[in-house]
Amino acid sequence: MLQQLEGSRAMAVAVGLCRPGVVCAYPITPQTHIVEDLGEQVRSGRLQNCDFINVESEMAAISVTIGSQAAGVRSYTATSSQGLLYMMEGIYNASGLQLPLVVTLGNRSIGAPINIWNDHSDAMAMRDAGWVMLFAETNQEAADLHIQAFKIAEETCIPTMVCVDGFILTHAYEQVDLPSQEEVDDFLPPYNPKMQLDLAQPQAIGTMVPPEYFMELKYEVHENQKKTVAVVERVGAEFRKKFQRHSGGLIRSYKTDGAKTIIVTMGSVAGTLKDVADELGDEFGVVSVVSYRPFPTDALVAALRNATNIIVLEKALALGVGGILANEIKLALGGSGQKIRSIIAGLGGRLITKALLKDCILAHDGDPELFLGLRHDCVNSLKK
Amino acid sequence: MSYSTIRDRFEPENTALQSDYNRPNTLTSGHRACQGCGEATGARAVLDTAYRATNGNLVVVNATGCLEVLSCVYPENAWQVPWLHSLFGNTPAVAAGVASAFKIKGMHDVRVIAQGGDGATLDIGMGCLSGMFDRNDDVLYVCYDNQAYMNTGVQRSGSTPAYSRTATTLPNAKYFGNAAGTGKNVPDIAMAHGIPYVATASIANIQDLEKKILRAINIRGARYVHVHVPCPLGWGYPPAETVKVARLALQCGLFPLFEAENGILVASTPIDVLKPVEEYLRLQRRFAHLFGKNANPEAIKMLQQIANKNLEKYRLSGGLSDV
Repeated sequence: MLQQLEGSRAMAVAVGLCRPGVVCAYPITPQTHIVEDLGEQVRSGRLQNCDFINVESEMAAISVTIGSQAAGVRSYTATSSQGLLYMMEGIYNASGLQLPLVVTLGNRSIGAPINIWNDHSDAMAMRDAGWVMLFAETNQEAADLHIQAFKIAEETCIPTMVCVDGFILTHAYEQVDLPSQEEVDDFLPPYNPKMQLDLAQPQAIGTMVPPEYFMELKYEVHENQKKTVAVVERVGAEFRKKFQRHSGGLIRSYKTDGAKTIIVTMGSVAGTLKDVADELGDEFGVVSVVSYRPFPTDALVAALRNATNIIVLEKALALGVGGILANEIKLALGGSGQKIRSIIAGLGGRLITKALLKDCILAHDGDPELFLGLRHDCVNSLKK
Repeated sequence: MSYSTIRDRFEPENTALQSDYNRPNTLTSGHRACQGCGEATGARAVLDTAYRATNGNLVVVNATGCLEVLSCVYPENAWQVPWLHSLFGNTPAVAAGVASAFKIKGMHDVRVIAQGGDGATLDIGMGCLSGMFDRNDDVLYVCYDNQAYMNTGVQRSGSTPAYSRTATTLPNAKYFGNAAGTGKNVPDIAMAHGIPYVATASIANIQDLEKKILRAINIRGARYVHVHVPCPLGWGYPPAETVKVARLALQCGLFPLFEAENGILVASTPIDVLKPVEEYLRLQRRFAHLFGKNANPEAIKMLQQIANKNLEKYRLSGGLSDV
């Protein structure tokens, strides 16, 4: 049924429909509305058999869910920005312990300078942590990806982060079609842990591992992550079949057939870019990366194979190095001879407008690295 | 209770579970603790007692530290209970999550013990511990206090006593070991949260320790037991003297034994034979710089004052009901 909902509320309803047993809440803008709504679901009895725990920090939020998931209960929390950095030790710990948590990341910049608005710096800080990372384009996809996330995580024992653009998705109202409890129950079976704290079969979880075994365990996790490409793709296809709409999967291609210039991006800005591609004509297409981790190398190579110009537009960068997604795409297309440009856009919530995008997309001989809408009058080194 | 005579110890009510041939053996032999390790002794006594009291419905969450490293290095494991180690500073929160999960699963008989050293408990884990107390999570947290970071090579913690030598508080002409601050008194901090049960215990009095764990494990909500566990390596005394050193800490008043309910002191163990702190200090090389050629009688006097204050504060000369 179509409803006009705030993104956070849509996600909270979707998470509630997945029947988590433990939900941890710690406030940080812009994810806060999600956990507030889950708290209300538990208090009103709409979400049964769930412990809603107010904790004292993000480190506690991730740690409580590590404990509850290790004891065999589906667990969830949400965070943003500094909160993700504060829980980072637990983020690596959860993937090392192979605990299939699901966490929502309301994407926000990282300080200093402190800034509460949207970019992808927080998500990029955990890109090598061994999690599945899915990026949503719309509120509908944000809700749908959570239902898929629990399935992907529990099947692969890899914790999964659903990345949603702060404010742009978390606080915007859009029409969303939310499934019924029966439909979600049918799609997502009850959690059946592959390993847990078991009184009948006591075992130690999280022991020290010496050099003789450590590399082998990391190798296994690495291989598991690579195999998960197929799982993310399959779960996306199953979701499409069951709910009759396209959410999730590895990448989404728009007007790429015959396009000479393809813009690659992640998250909600894909919507704006599709409009721009429409206005620029048939030679322009858009590819958005839904599954940033595992990285869909093969799917991207296939989608970008016939383009002459590739422009990677991303809301984060490795300081002193450049675009992170851009460099990963260069690596994936290594030696293909295609022209690849990097656009850094929207840092700290800077507006990304169609006019700015058109200008820089059409400037074929432009700088290989461009900061969209950079105010030269505010940068000392660029002042005339 | 007072210190038993040899004969008293054979009375059934004074027999420790540790002396029982059929004790549960939660931390079984073959682990890598140093000779004379106070922490391993304490942990075994705590968990055996809890295991017996809960009929084996016990799950243990362990912080990073000596106890974690000595007990299980893959593929070996000395724990005979379901056991989880996540990180150094998050053990109270992980344990809260475990307790919550068993509640949601309807397994109300399962009890959760979280355990860690002084570094994990009162330094890096203090925030999570305070949160666990604040929410009154159904967890018994046990701190094994050996008063420094032993696992990393004896560095200062918030529990390191005044004037004690550690690798990061080396005494020299200008400094007499650790600064003479107040340190962190976690049992008092726990009491200030008003949690149902707080106790201190020592491996020099196993019967008392077992009685407190028995009491704690049968209470619901957040509970805290702080166990004094000397470390031969870090404190500098022969491994055979661990219990002797622990007992002297009790007898001089530097480590008071007491219990508190809902934030109020309800019982303490009177000292039957009061000893000067000097007797305790002289046994340990971490205080050696206070004696001899460059002796510092002022420092010893100040440590004696701390002990004297404990006598009054925790009524160690009698006045409260015997534990």
